[in-house]
Amino acid sequence: MDNENLKNIINSVITDCEFSGDETQFLNVIVKPEDFRKLAEFLRKNSETHMDYLFCLTAVDWITHLFTVYHLTSSINNITVVIKVKITDRENPVVDTVCDLWKTAEFHEREVYDLFGIKFKNHPDLRRILLEDDWVGFPLRKDYKDEVNIVEL
Amino acid sequence: MTEQELITNIETVPETQEYFINMGPQHPSTHGVLRLLLTLDGEIIKKIEPHLGYIHRSIEKMCEKDSYQQIVHLTDRMDYLSCHINNEAVCLCVEKGLQLEVPERVKVIRTIISELTRLSSHQLWWGVMGMDLGAITTFLYGFRDRELITDIFEETCGARLTMNYNVPGGVMFDIHPNFQKRTKDFITYFRKKLPEYDELLTGNVIFTERTKDIGYLSKDDAISFGVTGPSGRASGFACDVRKRFPYSAYDRVQFEEIVYTEGDCFARYKARIAEMWESMKIIEQLIDNIPEGEHKAKTKAVIKLPEGEYYQRVETARGELGVYIVSDNKKSPYRVKFRSPGFSNLSALDTMARGNKIADLVATMSTLDLVIPDIDR
Repeated sequence: MDNENLKNIINSVITDCEFSGDETQFLNVIVKPEDFRKLAEFLRKNSETHMDYLFCLTAVDWITHLFTVYHLTSSINNITVVIKVKITDRENPVVDTVCDLWKTAEFHEREVYDLFGIKFKNHPDLRRILLEDDWVGFPLRKDYKDEVNIVEL
Repeated sequence: MTEQELITNIETVPETQEYFINMGPQHPSTHGVLRLLLTLDGEIIKKIEPHLGYIHRSIEKMCEKDSYQQIVHLTDRMDYLSCHINNEAVCLCVEKGLQLEVPERVKVIRTIISELTRLSSHQLWWGVMGMDLGAITTFLYGFRDRELITDIFEETCGARLTMNYNVPGGVMFDIHPNFQKRTKDFITYFRKKLPEYDELLTGNVIFTERTKDIGYLSKDDAISFGVTGPSGRASGFACDVRKRFPYSAYDRVQFEEIVYTEGDCFARYKARIAEMWESMKIIEQLIDNIPEGEHKAKTKAVIKLPEGEYYQRVETARGELGVYIVSDNKKSPYRVKFRSPGFSNLSALDTMARGNKIADLVATMSTLDLVIPDIDR
């Protein structure tokens, strides 16, 4: 399956999405938080796509908005897609969890919550994972200030 | 006490209760600072809750302030046993962004040193795993053979553990004149010594009793948890990046992808031993065929990646390492994410060890081959 086919399949599930990225790397698709869960479930369960391996889950802070980035691939065929969920609400960012679809997401979502403050709805155990429980702020956000630990040169 | 009273007394004996035990942060078998909160019923493990972050050094945050050349040096502090491969991952990612074709000589040198790194990592793993299960000899044997590889590294790269041999565009210096001879000597030596490893552990009754049918991980779970490397392949998940997405010189060498289907500790053990044979095969194919040429492609002093996102995956000794760089055309990256193999492998520990005895947890953890700095980053 090539990227064109994959585009058509994704378009058949959700219409309101945006494709980007150069063709040499992976196919990128930007979706809204409310559509994300539907697309993820479809890609995981559909026999044609069968994306059972979530090999990277992270987030990027673009100041005006946040992205959670999911790198998905299949263990049987070599198709890869990158789903980006665009969250415009910085104060209270919420995305649906995918840890029932890919178990690796449980730890990775905790890491994203820890460092970016993005909450995952229905996550069974959303706590900080790398930092202490009483840490204030979310360090990988671009507006994070820490006068004690970060030395600006 | 009457007979009736005795019977009531027996009947009111309190039931067994679940209780908690902290394993770590300073436990010898975690090989670093990892705390496992175990819920136990007698000796049976009911639940494992890993608590991480004791050596979290915010490498990803530090990367956002550093130049691309500097980032390379941070990565060998993640998985220090596969330091060369970590460096290579960043360099390949930067080269992908620059669309820079490195000389053939560099590709071959990198591959040889990567495989030597993998060998030395597996030797150390074999040694400490034996020690975790009560055999001191393996530790001494493992380190004895590993010493020869670190000597080769010292001569060529100038350091023994965190070598920093890769730079974007190539390798820092050309190989030492003795490099080929010493590597070949080592392979000849280790081909004789590796069967000793088998004699000591593989056929050992105590060892097999402690590892067979222990810490089972099914193929579906391995894929779902993203367990990669020898641990994933022992569960039947064919995830070798060297085969699926060849980089450097892996597309021109012949080697087997080791896949077992048992999914227990013994299969993970066998997978790593078999990988050592494959690594030696790869080195032997390349060591006499290092092309002539430059050891480094020309790069600018200040590297700026074009705007965009770059993802590079490599196979470290523990599994798939992913480097995700988001660039906004400045001299340092906008965001860097390291998808470390240890982090995903650890998340499967609860599933693997549930229902086993607490003593088996040591075997399960040893065969997962966790390196804690790799998990915490």
